[in-house]
Amino acid sequence: MHLTSDEVVVWHYGFLKLNLTILTTWALMIVLVGGSALMTRKLSDGIHISRWQSFLEILVTFFLQQFEEVGLRDPARYLPYLATLFLFIAMANLCTVIPGYEPPTGSLSTTAALALSVFVAVPLYGISEQGFVKYLQSYLKPTVLMLPFNIISDFSRTLALAVRLFGNMMSGAMILAILLTISPLVFPVLMSILGLLTGMVQAYIFCILATVYIAAATRTRSEETV
Amino acid sequence: MMIDWFTLIAQLVNFLILAWLLKHFLYHPIVTALDGREKKIASELQHATDVETAAKKSMAEWKQKNDEFEKQRTATMQQVAKEADDKKAELLIDARKEYENLRTSLEKSLYNEQKNLQQEIIGRITTEVFSIAEKVLSELADVSLEDRVVKVFCERLRKIEKADITEMTGLLSQSSHPPIIRSVLTLTPENCERVKKTVMEVFRIDSDIVFETDADLISGIELSMNGHSISWNIKAYLDELNVMAETALDRDKKEGEHDNEKNDAQSHP
Repeated sequence: MHLTSDEVVVWHYGFLKLNLTILTTWALMIVLVGGSALMTRKLSDGIHISRWQSFLEILVTFFLQQFEEVGLRDPARYLPYLATLFLFIAMANLCTVIPGYEPPTGSLSTTAALALSVFVAVPLYGISEQGFVKYLQSYLKPTVLMLPFNIISDFSRTLALAVRLFGNMMSGAMILAILLTISPLVFPVLMSILGLLTGMVQAYIFCILATVYIAAATRTRSEETV
Repeated sequence: MMIDWFTLIAQLVNFLILAWLLKHFLYHPIVTALDGREKKIASELQHATDVETAAKKSMAEWKQKNDEFEKQRTATMQQVAKEADDKKAELLIDARKEYENLRTSLEKSLYNEQKNLQQEIIGRITTEVFSIAEKVLSELADVSLEDRVVKVFCERLRKIEKADITEMTGLLSQSSHPPIIRSVLTLTPENCERVKKTVMEVFRIDSDIVFETDADLISGIELSMNGHSISWNIKAYLDELNVMAETALDRDKKEGEHDNEKNDAQSHP
């Protein structure tokens, strides 16, 4: 038994290797991109639209509303990054209903990569919104004494993001595997359903936290303009 | 548990690629479709507003035209009514005039007819009276009417006042025509001589006297001197009778009206 899908290496050449996490991610990418391409190939801007288009429009509108409610002034600008975070994590977690599937979010490498992307994206959006100097000055607020705490906060929240998602998903998969060995089939099914809920909640939490961090980094300038 | 750094970098790259692909295949088309629909709806709303504005404008124009038409119709109706009234009044006046003319002509015609009838009646009565008198005189008194008329005429001549005689004598002296005696029938020589003698005595003239006949006199004699005449005949007698009868009728009529007024006063105290 292995704890993460990173340990299942299909192919490797020196530093390069192809493990189950990457393969599963690619599969999810194909499904997401392929599904999106299929659903958006015949979009209409008229009143009568297809069910798939309606579903996607509801999804995108929901994202935009959520981001705006959290505090982002121009949610369409952050839509590709934040919505992809949610869709990727949600899709990875939802697929746990497939037997033999191991979610890539159960790998600390994946969650760390996502957390790292947030760690990089927050200052990038902050600098692009406020400017380099103003963004750096935000670390000195409310006083200079807060500088180390702000820096620690950035690192710690990134770590928290990675570990929270990894812990939830890994524990869910582990509990399911353990229960399969000691309990009847019905109980793991119930746990699997619970796992779906947990997975959706985690995807939402990860996405909303990233949104909050970006909103906090871009808020100063927006508030000044208001 | 360790982080696999290669996997971490690979997943980071994978995630960025996924974000880019989804942006290209999902978010951008959907947002574009949403914006397009929003613009379309806004455009349709604007179009609807424009159409509504145009409709309101058309309605206002139509209402204005309708009002104008209504005013024009009312004015035309009033004008037509006025013209009809004028025409009616004109026709009434014409009709009234025509009626008056007809009435006048009818009255005139009736009057003439009445006059003719009266003349005819007078003529007949005169003839009858004349014939009755002639018959009565000849049968009862053995005297002809002519003799009687001549006698009465002569008596009247003698009773003429002196002023009238002087006036008539003056008129006769101014005229070159002799005095004329007119009668219905030719007088007998005795009667002619009697009349001539009386005239010459009364007016103290010695000129000739001309005797003529005139059917209009009915029965009687007339002396004409330079347009001035003295006569006695049945017609004059009948005229006097007629005047007397009319006077009596008027008196009776007035008394009747007076009695009616009295009765009215008593019934309505």
